Formats: sequence, C-alpha cells, structure tokens
Amino acid sequence: MDIETQSEIPSMINSDPDLNRDQFLSFFLDGEEYGVDILRVQEIKCWENATEIPNAPEYIKGVINLRGTIVPIVDLRLRFGLEPVEYTKTTVVIVLKVISAERERTVGFVVDAVSEVYNIENGLLQPPPEMGDSLDLDFVKGLTAINNNMVVLLDVDRLIEDEAASSSHELH
Amino acid sequence: MSIDMSQFHQVFFEESFEGLDVMETGLMELDLGEADVEEINTIFRAAHSIKGGAGTFGFDDIASFTHVMETLLDEMRSGSRDVTREAVDLLLTSVDCLREMLSAVDAGDAIDEERKNSIQAKLEVMLANGSGTQPEKQGSNSGGTGNDHPTAGVWKIRFAPHPHLFRTGNDPVRMFRELEHLGELNTTVDTSKLPPFDELDPEESCFEWELELRGECSEDDIIEVFEWVDEDCDLSISRIEDKSEQNTDPENDPSISKGSTGVTEEKPEETQKIQQKLPATKKKASKKTSNENSSIRVGIDKIDALINMVGELVITQSMLSQISEKFMLEDIERLRDGIDQLERNTRELQENVMQIRMLPISFSFNRFPRLVRDLASKLGKNIELKMSGEQTELDKTVMEKIGDPLVHLVRNSLDHGIEMPEVRKAAGKPETGVLSLNAYHESGSIVIEISDDGAGLNTEKILQKAREKGLVGEEEELPDEKIHELIFAPGFSTADQVSDVSGRGVGMDVVMKNIRDLGGVVEIKSEKGKGSTFTIRLPLTLAILDGQLIRVGRHIYIIPLVSIIESIQIEEENCNSIAGKAELYKLREEYIPVVRLHKLFNVEPDSKKLSNGILVVAESEGQKVGVFVDDLLAQQQVVIKSLETNYQKVDGISGATILGDGTVAMILDLPGLVDLSKKDSGRSSHKEVLMAEEAVA
Repeated sequence: MDIETQSEIPSMINSDPDLNRDQFLSFFLDGEEYGVDILRVQEIKCWENATEIPNAPEYIKGVINLRGTIVPIVDLRLRFGLEPVEYTKTTVVIVLKVISAERERTVGFVVDAVSEVYNIENGLLQPPPEMGDSLDLDFVKGLTAINNNMVVLLDVDRLIEDEAASSSHELH
Repeated sequence: MSIDMSQFHQVFFEESFEGLDVMETGLMELDLGEADVEEINTIFRAAHSIKGGAGTFGFDDIASFTHVMETLLDEMRSGSRDVTREAVDLLLTSVDCLREMLSAVDAGDAIDEERKNSIQAKLEVMLANGSGTQPEKQGSNSGGTGNDHPTAGVWKIRFAPHPHLFRTGNDPVRMFRELEHLGELNTTVDTSKLPPFDELDPEESCFEWELELRGECSEDDIIEVFEWVDEDCDLSISRIEDKSEQNTDPENDPSISKGSTGVTEEKPEETQKIQQKLPATKKKASKKTSNENSSIRVGIDKIDALINMVGELVITQSMLSQISEKFMLEDIERLRDGIDQLERNTRELQENVMQIRMLPISFSFNRFPRLVRDLASKLGKNIELKMSGEQTELDKTVMEKIGDPLVHLVRNSLDHGIEMPEVRKAAGKPETGVLSLNAYHESGSIVIEISDDGAGLNTEKILQKAREKGLVGEEEELPDEKIHELIFAPGFSTADQVSDVSGRGVGMDVVMKNIRDLGGVVEIKSEKGKGSTFTIRLPLTLAILDGQLIRVGRHIYIIPLVSIIESIQIEEENCNSIAGKAELYKLREEYIPVVRLHKLFNVEPDSKKLSNGILVVAESEGQKVGVFVDDLLAQQQVVIKSLETNYQKVDGISGATILGDGTVAMILDLPGLVDLSKKDSGRSSHKEVLMAEEAVA
C-alpha cells in the first residue's frame, strides 16, 4: 500500500510522461546493491571520524559536524547485521533526510561504495517477499531488476524508525 | 480580493497580543478620576488596531467585542465619562477575555462564548447607564438630539473614494463590514465612472457607493470607520428621517445588545442594483500553534551594526585571500595581523548576533503591576510595587522560562512576606508594604532581585516543619542560611492553610528546579521582621556556555563551568568505598560520591586507578559529586547544539558542541550522570565490582 501512494503522487503532479518513474541512488553493501529515493539524498561525503555517543547501539558510529549541525552516523552493515569492515578511502557516507514520527532528521549512512542513479518505472517495482519471522523486511520498499541484478529499494524512513525503537530498547 | 489572508494571521496575533499588553499597561497607569487624555488615547489606539485587524481577517467576534470596549474608551477619551475604578476593572477583565479569545482563535479552538457574552453584556450595561454627563438614551426616537449620541436612525452615506485608494492599503469592503457592525447596511454601487474595459486600471478605484445605514449609531461612529481614508475620498453623511418605526423592523429595536447580534448573520437585502456581498471569512486558523514559530522584533540599529560587521569581515577575508595568493615568508606578519583581525571580527559578530536574541526584562516585569494590584486587593493588603532595571537585557529563551518562577516568587512574597496592614502598623512599619523588583548585569550573568519589607522568613517555624517532616534531625542545629534553603525542599510549605494564592501544588522546589534547569542559582537573604530578598542569578544566554574540557581516554567531554566547584588531584588515602560498590572520596570534612565517567559511558580510560586521574567536584541539584576523569584540558566558551534535532536524547548528555578543530564533543548533564550512576550501581554485575575493587586497591 505504501508503494502505491508513494509512487503515484509524483506521477500526478508531473504531467511530463517521462517522469512517471522515480530516481534512485544505488550503493553497494557486502556485494549487494541497494537503492534509496534520490530526493532524500542530501549529500554524499567521505567517511570522517565521528564522535561516539555514550551507550548508543553498536551500529550508531557517533555524530559528526555537518556544517554546524550535529548529524548521527549509522553503519548500514552493522544495522543489517552484516560483518563489519574496516573503513577505506572508498567508504562513503550518504546523508539522507529521514522523516519519522512527524519530524525531519538528517542522518548519515555508511555504505561500502556508491554506484549509480537508476530511473525505475513504477510498474517495475516488486513488493518485498514474505520471509517470515526470521528476517524483518520492514525497511524494504520493493525489489527491482537492473540488468538481471536485483536492487533492493529501501524505505529510508523505516530504517530510522526501527533504529530509534531498538536503540531505546537497548538503553533500558 | 482572493488573497490568502491566513498568511498574515500570525502577524495579526502577535501585534494584537502586543496591543493587549499596551492596553493593560495603560489601564494600570490610568489615574482614577482625572485621566490623561494621551494615555487613554494610547489604549484606544491599541484597541482600535485590534478591532481593525480582527475585522479585516473576519474574526467578527473579536471585532465586535473590541468595538464595545472601544466605545467605552472613546467616551472616556472625550471626557463624557469619568474614569472610574469599575470601568478600569471591567476593561482589564475585557483585556483578559480578549487575550483568551485571541489565543483560542490562534490555536484554532472555539471561543468561550459564555464568558465573552457575559463580559460584553457588562460593558454594554455600563455604556447604557452612562456616567452622568451623558444623557440617558431613550427607546423613543427623539430625532435630532445632536449627532454625538447614538440613536436609532437611518444614515445616508455617499462614499466616493479617490482613484488611488487601493494604493494606500485601504479596502472599502473592510470598511463596509465595519459599518455593518453599527447596523443594517444597504449598499448601492455607482459604476458610472467605470471606464471602458480596455482602459481599466485594476489598481484604481472607480466605484462610488451610496450606503444606507439603518441602526443605532452616531455620526462620529460612522466617521470613525472612514477615519483612515478621509483624505482619500469624498464623504458625505446625512441623516434621513427614520421611517423604521412604522416598518416595525425588529432589527431596529434600540436595545443595546445590537452590536453583538447583528454581526455574524447575513441580513436579507432587497432590490439593489448590485448587491455588495460581504465574503464570509469565517475561516478558522487551520494550524495548531502549540509549538509555533515565534518571531522576534529586532531594532534596526542592531541589524545595522551586524551589516557593518559583516562588511568588515568581508574586507578581512579579501585581505587574507590576497596574502595567500602569492605568499612569501615575509608576509607572515601581515598574515598574523589579518588573522587577529578575523578573530576580532568573529568575536564581535558573535556578540552582536547574540544581542539579537536579547530583550529587555521589562517584557517579563510588565505583568507584575497587574498581578500585584489584583493580588493585593484580594488579600486585603496595601502593596506598592517598585521596579528598577527594566531595561536589563537577557536572552529571549531565558526570559520565557524565568517568567513562571518569577511570578511564583512574587506571589510568595505578597502572600507570606508582606503582612496585613494592622500587623504592620503594630510592628511600627508603614501600612503599605513595598515589593521591589530589580534586575542588573553582573559578570556575565543577569541578576534578578525580588525583595519585600515584610515579616521575613520565620526560621523557627521552618525548622519545626522540617523536623516534623523528618528533613532535619530533632537535635540538629542549622545556620540560618541552611534553614532558608529548606523552603526549596519538595512539598515544603509553612502556610498554615492552603490559600488561593500560594501553598498549592506548585512549590518552591519547582521554582528552584526551573532556575537550576536554566543554569541559575537562587539565594535567600532574610531578616525576621525586616523582610526577605530572593536573588536569582542566571546566565545571559542558553546558546553559549563556559565549559571545562575534560578527557577520558581519547574522548573529550565538556562540563559546564558554573557547576564545577573545584578540581583536585586524587589522594589515595581519601578514597573509600561502601560494600565494594559505591565509591566515596573524602574532601576535607565531606564524603562525596565518585562518578566514574569511563564506566558510565563504557569507554577505555588511561587508567582506572583513581589516584592516576583527577576528580572534578561539581554540584548537581544541590548535591556534590566527584567526576573521575583522566585529564583536564582547556576552558572555553562553547556553542550548545542539540543532539535531539537529528538523533535523540542521550542519558547523561545535555547536548553537543563543535570544537575548534571541527570535531564534535558532548556536553555532560550532571543530574543525568548522577541518575545514570545510580542505575549503574544498581545493576552493576559482580565482575565489575571486582574490577573496581582491583582498581582501587
């Protein structure tokens, strides 16, 4: 249902038929390709040392100074429970605008490498499969195939919603 | 016509609230009996602006209500009504009611009709009763009693605006709507001057109107509607014979409740050439304004100063970039000069930007004359309020948060401090008690003093109560200052009975907490029989704080300098522990709990051994704690940034800041840390205890 509303609104606003599609920025994480809505991307920057937040969950790497605002950094590998890797020169932080609980936040996500920008037509989005309790796929908006490779499109708002819930859980 | 008016609502509300403050202050200063016309004028103008605005935006309830107030004020202004205490009291109540109505509309809520109607009725009764100098108004139509007095009748108004009317920002529709408040209005538009369509200039007014106003009003009332356009139009007003009595027009019943009933309903109009339909702008403010974007008014001189400074900054910047273009070693002196200049510019700029948030404390003090007046009459005491230093400036946020504690302290002084007139007389003091409010700047903070010449704090009574409540041991003796501090203990009240004024749920402990939350302190000086003084010391701003940088391992944290008492090198023989868990440090004669930052924040310190580190002794909510850190670094001013904007609240951390090298450092929240360490010692596993013991040993 979410997919329907999210994808239909832009197509109604834009009369240009070419815009009946959404643009996604894709990135790699442990060999798999993921995508996020490009309109949510504020900037892409190199990894820099973050100041740790006491007692925060492990996947919160800390906060950085982004031109005067304090922005938390989430390691997406750790967030997904993947093996951590050492940060290299190609390690990048995608700074995204996340809207949850009626407020807008700016959060940086550490990924392995940024890949490309795809135009994906609304019809080609496949809803995430039911994986049972073993895997929580709330943050997956849909799946799509680009050149026979699967790209997982993420719902960025769900990423942080979960994060807030689980981190507060951790504190108690 | 179809401009979206809602975008101006916020401005209207802000201006109206300011106007109400002006009215309130003005009313408080009115001398009973003989009023200064200029003062009444000020009040009148404020009311008039509110009415005009409310009419424009279609808040008809407010407009009609203000109109009645305005009529009363107008009579006072013209001298046809004496300024009586009842009238001033009623007007003050009306100001309150108006304020409530405005807040309700602002928040999108319904207006409390009942209250509004009852006050409006009182106002109307007062108007109807006249004040002696004004002839009683009769139901029968006496025809030409003169134009000054409202009588039912029919007025013919010819209104021919000059073509440039719109450019002066006036709108005939608004004026007609206001006329409608006076009575039944028929409008006929004369379009004869309308040029052919291709010559039409939409910015010019080409219509003329014939208006027929049937209602109870005076010529002055009508002229007043056109007050702002009288130089931009040809206006003729004439009274024609009233035939309404034969018409048995129910609308024409000259009862005084006319104004309130005839406002919102659309009246059926008969045959007119073109009917001027007044748009029903009953649109409600759509947004809830619980956490509205408040705005601030800044003097133009402050802005000019900023512009100057930015100009200098630009010059410095261009000078520096010139040097860097072809840099030679001998330029190093110029470079250093440039950087010095840059530093100076930055500091000045910072100070001036902070100035923008500064407001004189009179914004907060202004409510007290009213409060003291109301309370004094309620309590039956004679109280004179003296205020000084109202122009002392402080940060807007601090001011907003200090308002309630101040009110509480003032109420407290009035209720408990200043005695009843008889008691005062018996004690050889003047019957009128004096409450003074004073504000001044002192070494980077603002000091607010609230003092009274009342009975002073009753130390025996306080001590007795404290013993009853078990706050103080039976045999324990305390110095006076310690006893005074007891009144800030939660749930402590010496009031024999809970009165309407004080002794209720909100106690002095809340006052203390609010002030502490702002980083301030309260001191009490009191002498029995002579009075007491509460001194509040607050930081000037919440945006910047003086911080002590400390280090634990590779992490840098900041402790607010105000809360630090001292920092000491730890001596091993003074370290103690209880049951191997709680650690205490003996500082002179006191045992202070030790908070290990590395343990609470789960970070790796240089050393876990207490004697290798430094203990920062700080005060948190009246209690001393020792924070164990590896090292003390610099002291500097830091700009406070919120962690919650993009993240969430973190226990033990009050915010973050950006250090000189661009990295982020956390600012410690001492009360939070203490709570954290309590929880921590509660769940502390056996293993950790063993480790801690090892470290101590």
